[in-house]
Amino acid sequence: MTTPVIANIIEAEQGTSLWQDAWLRLSRNRLALFGLAVLVLFILIATLTPWIAPYSYTQHNLDLGATPPSAAHWLGTDIFGRDMLTQIMYGGRISLAVGFIATAVALLIGITWGAIAGYAGGRVDAVMMRMVDIIYALPFMIFIVLLMVVFGRNMLLLFLAIGAVEWLTMARIMRSQVQSLRQQEFVEAAISLGLSPATIVRRHLIPNALGPIIVYTTLTIPSVMLLEAFLSFLGLGVQPPQTSWGLLISFGAESMEEYPWLLLYPGIAMTLTLFSLNFLGDGLRDALDVRGAKD
Amino acid sequence: MWRFVGYRLLQAIPVLLVVITVTFFLVRAAPGGPFSSEKAVIPEVKAALEAQYGLNLTLFQQYTSYLSDLTKGDLGPSFKYPGRSVNELIAAGFPVTAELGFYALLVALSIGGVAGIIASLRPNTAQDYIPMSAAMIGICMPSFLLGPILILVFGIYLEWLPVSGWGDIPGDKILPAVTLGSTYAAYVARLSRAGMLEVMSQDYIRTARAKGLPEWQVVTRHALRGGLIPVVAFLGPAFAGLLSGSFVVETIFQIPGLGRFYVQAAFNRDYTMILGATVFLATLIVVFNLLSDILAAWMNPRLRAQFAEQ
Repeated sequence: MTTPVIANIIEAEQGTSLWQDAWLRLSRNRLALFGLAVLVLFILIATLTPWIAPYSYTQHNLDLGATPPSAAHWLGTDIFGRDMLTQIMYGGRISLAVGFIATAVALLIGITWGAIAGYAGGRVDAVMMRMVDIIYALPFMIFIVLLMVVFGRNMLLLFLAIGAVEWLTMARIMRSQVQSLRQQEFVEAAISLGLSPATIVRRHLIPNALGPIIVYTTLTIPSVMLLEAFLSFLGLGVQPPQTSWGLLISFGAESMEEYPWLLLYPGIAMTLTLFSLNFLGDGLRDALDVRGAKD
Repeated sequence: MWRFVGYRLLQAIPVLLVVITVTFFLVRAAPGGPFSSEKAVIPEVKAALEAQYGLNLTLFQQYTSYLSDLTKGDLGPSFKYPGRSVNELIAAGFPVTAELGFYALLVALSIGGVAGIIASLRPNTAQDYIPMSAAMIGICMPSFLLGPILILVFGIYLEWLPVSGWGDIPGDKILPAVTLGSTYAAYVARLSRAGMLEVMSQDYIRTARAKGLPEWQVVTRHALRGGLIPVVAFLGPAFAGLLSGSFVVETIFQIPGLGRFYVQAAFNRDYTMILGATVFLATLIVVFNLLSDILAAWMNPRLRAQFAEQ
């Protein structure tokens, strides 16, 4: 039997959880919210593209050629008479997919590596982190170009190669998180309860290190997307008949003098996405109060 | 301090060895030999060619002979341009790329540094938001998009600047340098702002103010040295980025530099050229990382003290 006053006190005592608190702070950051909204919209469009695209992906019309934006083709058509909006929607699917999948690869390797090094400590930690130091110093951009040349332009390889570059910082962040967490009482309690190291890492350490992981993930996706676009621009990434924003920008740059809209619209789509991800990442960093994630 | 230099030097050696080894075996593992494209080569000719380039040896023998050539500074012959060595191609292309990179770095440091310092002096005002928003645009606008847009605006619509070439027409170096430097200007602006903000709240800055120094002297004589350490530490990674960025910028502006050679070699599958250029670029990047780390350590009294104690 609690009186309303006591109920109020209990409610106040419970306060807000870390996540509620973070969401509150994030929702006050207009730029971050804008980024989140744009991102959700783009992901929705990319998912639904096959059903909502105004034209079919392969439909072309050589007689029509490149036309500026009109009522029939909102963003104009390219030199083959293909609808630019449709091209950008399908290109966005690939660009976003590369961004998310390659980041997922990086997360998986980085979290596992960092968690093991941080949890094991001692010599294992020293060896594992020295390896990260050495790989860190390798000129990766050049290696990826080399890899794409040597083994052909294969999407799966692209995911793996980009993911293999981006996991290093994740491993460092995860290691320092695990190192500080494993000194705490709840981890000691878990150890004395006889839980296996794998369970402790999965159930106790990773959930508690989630803040930095989320922030860093949000900031990794744009750099991965840039890398894909960079390779596609050089002709070493996504290959026709598939397309991506990087490839569309590359084609647009070739004929920008006569048909500037072919460069402009894919460029806007790409820049807007990168903007949104960066704003959201910065906002999340402030909201979750993560330091040194990436700056 | 010397301990630190020695430690970082020792660290650079395994890195270089890994680079050379990985690149060598990666290129050798590539499907299709360098001469497989030529139609119906007589077996004797093929054998002679392979003997000339040492391809008849075992992989390990090729590797050790490549390493021993490397210690003499010889990067081997080019597969695609008979009679020319990789060294000659690098000697022709690298000075151009180095000059482009130098101008781009100037753009990055001057524009980025000034913007970051100005922003840090009045945080959370318009003086902070305007340059930092511009920096965000710089980070989100990749060079392969910025380059064509600059060409379109300044080269084609306004006709102020030439759109391609290198050193042929006065002013043709401006657009490539700005294109390559802009992303790094944005990063430098963010780093110098963050570094300056941290330094400006330190006690020794309060001391400097308390003894009556004018604000500009507080900044130039006391704050800059500490505040710019993150920027100096960023120079190494920035240098690596500038080199790979030159692949795109040299392609866009048709500049005959190493970056463009590299991309062409990649398309021609000129394996020795790729191998040689990768080893060359990687070595440069490792050396620059080393230099920028040492410079940053030298500027940071805390780190110096830490190594002096040991």
